[in-house]
Amino acid sequence: MDLILEYQDQLLSGTWVTIKLALLSLLFAVFFGLIGAWAKLSKNIVAQKIAAAYTAIVRGVPDLVLILLVFFGGQELANSIGTLTGLWEYAEISQFAAGVGTIGVVFGGYMTETFRGAILAIPKGQIEAGVACGMSRITIFRRVIWPQMVVYALPGFSNNWLVQIKSTALVSVIGLQDVVYNGFVAGRSTRQLFTFMFAVLMIYLVLTAISDSGLRWLDKKYSKGIVRSDDG
Amino acid sequence: MAESIVKFLETWSPIDIVLIAQNFDRFLWGALTTLELTIISLLVGGILSIPLAIIRAGNNKILNAPVWLFTYVFRGTPLLVQTYLIYYGLGQFEWIRETFLWGPVLSQAWYCALIAFSLNTAAYTAELLRGSIVNTSRGEIEAAKACGFSRAMRMRRIVLPSAFRRALPAYSNEVIFMLHGSVVASTITIQDLLGVGRWLNGRYYLAYEGFITAAVLYFIIVLLVSRGFRLWEKHWLAHLYPQDAVKTKPKKGLASFRI
Repeated sequence: MDLILEYQDQLLSGTWVTIKLALLSLLFAVFFGLIGAWAKLSKNIVAQKIAAAYTAIVRGVPDLVLILLVFFGGQELANSIGTLTGLWEYAEISQFAAGVGTIGVVFGGYMTETFRGAILAIPKGQIEAGVACGMSRITIFRRVIWPQMVVYALPGFSNNWLVQIKSTALVSVIGLQDVVYNGFVAGRSTRQLFTFMFAVLMIYLVLTAISDSGLRWLDKKYSKGIVRSDDG
Repeated sequence: MAESIVKFLETWSPIDIVLIAQNFDRFLWGALTTLELTIISLLVGGILSIPLAIIRAGNNKILNAPVWLFTYVFRGTPLLVQTYLIYYGLGQFEWIRETFLWGPVLSQAWYCALIAFSLNTAAYTAELLRGSIVNTSRGEIEAAKACGFSRAMRMRRIVLPSAFRRALPAYSNEVIFMLHGSVVASTITIQDLLGVGRWLNGRYYLAYEGFITAAVLYFIIVLLVSRGFRLWEKHWLAHLYPQDAVKTKPKKGLASFRI
């Protein structure tokens, strides 16, 4: 315990990196999820096909493989584009950017399915009514689809988020100094790896417990006035 | 002909396909290691999860609390950290290093990964099974009671067979999740599919080849697994699907009465 207190700065700064990584990639995931859901539900066949390929790839390939591919391959690609066009000489993708980008894209695929299901759960008549009232497509989205979609998407969203926050641990493999990396380094230098990995485990447990209760509260708040069947 | 293809690929392909082909047998071995780890941990975790799920679904508070804690910790933390804790962490304790298990089991990366993965999937599967045990329809249990089934017999003959079937769609997700999770093995020196990809890239100082090959092979495995589960679901859950519309289509004249 004394040892952990001695290294608390490293652990706390690592935790902060993990939280930033998780929240930023969540933002990306929601963004990609909305675009993906829009593409999957659009009448444009090309958009449908691209979205289908996107979700299939993202769900078929493990996230660590994609993180490594983006971090090492992306760097190489950026450099060859640079030399080919002569626009820049050397580009570097940071571990953080690679992590945020990849986890954002991967969970965007999961969010796509969640949002698609939520939009489909909204009765079609309401959208037709919006059209009949002369609302523009943006107004329909803002006034009719979005407020209800949030409610329907919340359970799936919560699940995705809880998986995503745990996935951020994988970015330590490419050397991002998150809580896992810092805990590991501290544990190795003190030869107390169990103590430190256990501390990291507990930090993650606190993070997921906080998000879990927060999301439950949100769910309660947003599902007022909505009747859910128990056997969903 | 073959030579000119090789020559063409060597000069024009953006990734070194020839090198991948030369090392393809290693990738297949890696895939085998991945499958081995995944399947054995799913089996061990699956067997562990059944008693855990029964305890979680029951009313015994003394047994319930530790099992709840186990599933809560293993579901609330990353598999990577759990694996590190077992592989790197256990060596911290003198008394563990002195037990007979240390040499052959606990100091081996393969067994450590297997232990971590099994416990992890046991926790997820237990919660999943608990859900489907709890949702068994009341009538079936009442009928079994009326027939004089004991509690154990009800569990074995009525609840579990139907709970397993109803848990199948969610379990297919867990299987794919475990397959994805098994990449963690490559971080503790195991040459699984990703491990081979990382080895290839490190050895020849490459950026894409190893990872892309691993990605494609993982994709194929996931595709086959989910296809397999879909067929399995069709077989085992046939009684829960709506009846085939073609077979029950009413005769034309009656259709108007059947709204």
